[in-house]
Amino acid sequence: MIVGERKPFDEITGMLNGYKKVLILGCGTCVSVCMAGGAKEVAVLASQLRMDSGIQEKGVEIGEETIQRQCDREYIEPIVEMAKTYDVVLSMACGAGVQLLSDMLVPTPVLPALNTSFIGICEEEGVWAERCRGCGDCMLGITGGICPVARCAKTLFNGPCGGSVNGICEVSKDTPCAWQLVYDRLKALGKLESLEEIQPIRDWGPSSSGIPRGVYREDMAGVAVESEGSSK
Amino acid sequence: MKAGTNLEKVLEAGNFAVTAEVGPPKGASANAVQKKCEVVKSCSDAINVTDNQTAVVRMSSTAGAVLLKQMGADPVMQMTCRDRNRIAIQSDILGAVALGIGNILAISGDHHILGNHPGAKGVFDIDSMQLIQTMKMLRDDNQFICGDKVAGDVPIFIGAVESAFSDPVEFRVTRLAKKVNAGADFIQTQGVFDVEQFAKWMKGVTDRGLDEQTHILAGIIPMKSAGMARYMRDYVSGVYVPDELVKRMENADDAKEEGLKIMLEIIDQLEDVDGVHGIHIMAVGWEDIVPVIVEKAGLLPRPIV
Repeated sequence: MIVGERKPFDEITGMLNGYKKVLILGCGTCVSVCMAGGAKEVAVLASQLRMDSGIQEKGVEIGEETIQRQCDREYIEPIVEMAKTYDVVLSMACGAGVQLLSDMLVPTPVLPALNTSFIGICEEEGVWAERCRGCGDCMLGITGGICPVARCAKTLFNGPCGGSVNGICEVSKDTPCAWQLVYDRLKALGKLESLEEIQPIRDWGPSSSGIPRGVYREDMAGVAVESEGSSK
Repeated sequence: MKAGTNLEKVLEAGNFAVTAEVGPPKGASANAVQKKCEVVKSCSDAINVTDNQTAVVRMSSTAGAVLLKQMGADPVMQMTCRDRNRIAIQSDILGAVALGIGNILAISGDHHILGNHPGAKGVFDIDSMQLIQTMKMLRDDNQFICGDKVAGDVPIFIGAVESAFSDPVEFRVTRLAKKVNAGADFIQTQGVFDVEQFAKWMKGVTDRGLDEQTHILAGIIPMKSAGMARYMRDYVSGVYVPDELVKRMENADDAKEEGLKIMLEIIDQLEDVDGVHGIHIMAVGWEDIVPVIVEKAGLLPRPIV
């Protein structure tokens, strides 16, 4: 899922300065699962804002709503007219949701209430960890299902650097060395010999180092609504 | 000859090589580099110039290497993958060779989060293995990564590093083999304090015949004090300092003297380890000790090749 984290309260109140009627819009998918921007978090933020003395003094009206997905036009369309009755929409979605919502609500401004963190998993209650950079050229098949792009601090492709000690990366005592994990996993799978091969220099074209990406499915694109991000 | 540098000639002639290290200043003073070079020049065959080591901004390794070259020394220009993409890497290699630098050493680079600009964007476009391949490609195939032809020759004596004591330890011989296959002509290792353990790694290296395809220089880090010994034992990745050596440093009346004695014992033992072709002395900030070590180890004068 896409993991997000709510921005500091002061940053949010700072952004809202000057607006009289604010809609807090939650997103019911990824950020809801990671407890950052779903219906519950919308309610918490709305209460916090209503209790804030600055907001109270200015008599700001706070509305609350949550839709299934802010990255999907289909779910935004039914709330467009309602949302436009507000001065501003505070989106609790990831960056993709904020952008699509912004596109669809012009001239009503949309502000982000979250920082989008990464594509990751929930490791245990209250702990999320990055697992994927969306690099566009998945190599998990040769690294035993552990991603060196997302999990090695130096994005190494040919084994651990000298900074790997007792399974821990040199960057922090809380960061496991991805290549130690790869090594252990491939050993368990009986596939250590694959580490003997030199992984060639990769083409970062399909990754985030390149131009803004899109996916175009010829079999579907004729019927789908073309998004601005489409590559063709 | 790959590049015909002094280091290459010394090693190819079968001598036990000695390399030293100079860390460029946090400033633009050529004199700061020249002074360090003067100290270690006559007691070494080549001098490494570090590339923003520990991810702290300093004068570039290329500039430092050129300053050394101007003084008649043979520089080993270190190049990290941390700060440049493949365009800058290849361009900087061409520029360095044009300025007379023949030895270039590929490293990943200490992570920027540990340095003085932790908010920097790390590049890591290619890794150190691929940087070795890139240099070999430029030199032997006259080709850039993209396949375009390079105009003229790019003579480089390609260096790399390995850390015998980092984890997973069982993988470290394989990793060296990959670097040799990628094109490393010489290897400088992380500092060695436990020769017995190092010799075990070297046994794995010689069993695969890697010592015949590359020159391995064992790393030496002179210890100044018991505090430094403890720090390296506890905090420096890939360095394994046995407790016994820390105790010797703690109990010594003159820690510097004891540190020197330990280094000389280590060098003496390393000379007998099969497949070790030299030592690389890393005495950053304590360059004065280098001539003393080399002389007392009986490694002077350095060969003229």
